[in-house]
Amino acid sequence: MILLIILILIAWVGTALAGLETLFGLVIPYVALILFIAGFLYRIYYWSRSPVPFRIPTTCGQAKSLDWIKRDRFESPSNLFETLIRMAMEILLFRSLFRNTKAELKPGPNLHYGSNKWLWLGGMVFHWTFLVIILRHYRFFLEPIPFVISLTEKIDSFFQVALPILYLSDILILAALTFLILRRIFGGPVRYMSLFQDYFPLYLISGIVLSGMMMRYLTKTDIIKVKQLSQSLIHFDFTVPSGIGAIFYIHLFLVCVLVSYFPYSKLMHMGGIFFSPTRNLANNSREKRHINPWNPDVKIRTYHDYEEDFRDKMIASGIPLDKD
Amino acid sequence: MADGNPKKADLAKSIETESLFLGGIKPDKEWTELPVEFKPGNFNYPTKPDIIEKLGFPNPRKWTPLDEDWKLPENWKEIILQALKDRLEKNRALKLFMDTCVRCGACADKCHFFLGSGDPKNMPVIRAELLRSVYRGEFTRAGKILGKMVGGRKLTKEVIKEWFMYFYQCTECRRCSVFCPYGIDTAEITMLGRELLHLLGVNINWILEPVVNCDRTGNHLGIEPHTFKQVVESLVDDVKEITGVKVNPTFNRKGAEILFITPSGDVFADPGIYTMMGYMLLFEHIGLDYTISTYSSEGGNFGSFTTPEMMKKLNAKMYMEAERLGVKWILGGECGHMWRVVHQYMNTMNGPADFLEVPVSPITGTPFSNAKSTKMVHIAEFTADLLKNEKLKFDARRNNHIRTTFHDSCNPARAMGLLEEPRYILKRVVNNFHEMPENTIREKTFCCGSGSGLNTGEYMETRMRGGFARANAVQHVHDKHDVNTLTTICAIDRVTLKAAMDYWVPDVQVAGLHELVGNALIMEGESERTEDLREDELEDFEQGEGKDE
Repeated sequence: MILLIILILIAWVGTALAGLETLFGLVIPYVALILFIAGFLYRIYYWSRSPVPFRIPTTCGQAKSLDWIKRDRFESPSNLFETLIRMAMEILLFRSLFRNTKAELKPGPNLHYGSNKWLWLGGMVFHWTFLVIILRHYRFFLEPIPFVISLTEKIDSFFQVALPILYLSDILILAALTFLILRRIFGGPVRYMSLFQDYFPLYLISGIVLSGMMMRYLTKTDIIKVKQLSQSLIHFDFTVPSGIGAIFYIHLFLVCVLVSYFPYSKLMHMGGIFFSPTRNLANNSREKRHINPWNPDVKIRTYHDYEEDFRDKMIASGIPLDKD
Repeated sequence: MADGNPKKADLAKSIETESLFLGGIKPDKEWTELPVEFKPGNFNYPTKPDIIEKLGFPNPRKWTPLDEDWKLPENWKEIILQALKDRLEKNRALKLFMDTCVRCGACADKCHFFLGSGDPKNMPVIRAELLRSVYRGEFTRAGKILGKMVGGRKLTKEVIKEWFMYFYQCTECRRCSVFCPYGIDTAEITMLGRELLHLLGVNINWILEPVVNCDRTGNHLGIEPHTFKQVVESLVDDVKEITGVKVNPTFNRKGAEILFITPSGDVFADPGIYTMMGYMLLFEHIGLDYTISTYSSEGGNFGSFTTPEMMKKLNAKMYMEAERLGVKWILGGECGHMWRVVHQYMNTMNGPADFLEVPVSPITGTPFSNAKSTKMVHIAEFTADLLKNEKLKFDARRNNHIRTTFHDSCNPARAMGLLEEPRYILKRVVNNFHEMPENTIREKTFCCGSGSGLNTGEYMETRMRGGFARANAVQHVHDKHDVNTLTTICAIDRVTLKAAMDYWVPDVQVAGLHELVGNALIMEGESERTEDLREDELEDFEQGEGKDE
């Protein structure tokens, strides 16, 4: 939280007082982008260079077995297609989180397991609205604005009550962020396990959302100038229109911090989920041999040695031998 | 139960009132500040020096976790950091599980050890943080500079002690990985943690002595071939006495069609022996051409609780023996971690098994295409197919004295997806079957609390805490449906759940699936059946006009 305030102050002092608009409008965004791309690619390379020695899917349903046994294709996939569906369910719908239960210890002692889908709901709302908001921002970069983006905007502003258009996603992401932050602060075990790096992105994203909303609903930032800047950024014009206002630079700076922090943090769960060997492998290890590149050479006690050691006892008890 | 273990009422009260979070109490310290206190009942005995020597593992010595000084090698820190670095490059899962956790908390209350102890370090997320914090503190730049602020820790001897406590307080059951949105599997973390600790000579005798035994004699208990045969033959005598039928297992017989491998617990441990009788009755019933090997007389694999190398070493015997005997394929008995190894590791480690044929049931002609590469079939798949094709003559009323529920063993459920086959068999051979609550079965099943090599006498308090969640669900169906039998397809379960039931739900016995199959089979030339395989009396019913199934 303190760090977030410091970050906001840096951006404010830098642009409103020191007038370092080129630094905050051009240099930092480029640096952030480079850090993001390089960091993301490195992390993917870092993971990829380690092999997957064993096929270890966690099976969450009936495997492929005898023909007449109804199998659960997407909880215990047996081929690539089914595995892709399983992964899609995990990535798009948070399948595993949907299973969540809450254990309660009642007098007895007795254990009860209640359904607990709040985290699933909060997570889904947060991630999907975040995606919608990112897509909405594409209109600053693309000209003309593609149909998909304007459609997203239309749906998003469905519940328009007044001008300017109130986006549903803004409300939802704030609600979801509040939930995610509150459960960390007040949720017994979750608070206990939380680290700095669990709070920081939540606060940072809240700062981004709030500064973004302020520009839209309160201070009325000059959109034309913002678009000029974004066009300049993507066309490498290196010009910064003057007078966009500090609040915009605070927003942009926080985004840059998030983007450059991303690959070096737990936020890489976004990439990691694609790599998880308990989810991205088919449960077909008896059907198809999986190869381990470092399959170790191990000295095995042979039957021959075994027979040598126990020969007399085996003869006495009538167990057949290889060598009489 | 040995002296010194807490009474049921005391342990129940402790779980109810002293559990952190669940019992409504908040810990007053960060988990990194919570002390690691060893006391009798919460650790397994360390490995004897001669066992470590036989394995060629480092640092054999006499020590106990109660000692202040664990006599670690001088360069212990360097060893661990180097090994961790090495393992990160060898296993992508590990890197991902270090990097992607967002601490959402979904896993926190999914662990049976957490539910039974209320110890926050038993929340899967924190169990992983035990290692992750060191990864951050020693390997990542942010962690090196910012340390505690970003959850980074330096590796200390205290951390080693903590690892020993909590990586041996995880049964690698994978329940947490079902609920994790990124599929983070604490079993992988635990396996790696234990692997690292071996390098310092910090390990437990109950796992490593069976590994040594299994290497030498072919089974965990260290039973030599002649005794192995003798014990099976004594079960043959028991079967004859109960059913009037002589079953005819053979040993190390070349040219048999099928090699049958089951955990040695089925041969030696009560109540596993009744399951063994069930297998033999079934094979006799259908006239199966099978043999049992003394060289490969262990289905289980305590090597899998040790290192990938030890797992491979012990598992290799299955294929080597199948090749030597010239069988067509391998049939595997009821076991949990054995099937994790067979299903997910064997073919990769010791395959390809080109000398075997794609398994086909000699009775029904059904090909087991799901096992066409590994060439090993689970007995529940095999028997379900027999029943479906009406190849068995049996009378389920012979199990009328049994009111059962089914415990999904962790590995068949979460590492194979073997859920319906055992249920199909059970529903056919038993008339009274009731499921436990849905959040405690199938992929959400609870561990027995003593798996992955933790089923020792000295660990009873922790085991009973770990088994509490399972026992509590059994208690529910016992109260509601008068269930008196917990059926399972795992040899470790048969031993550990027996202990957990004796402790928590004493009116419930533990049985194997094929014990109940054996009870129900109508054998050719049998005498009138008055007793089941345990020599318990059958309930009265009209014999002879068996339901023609």
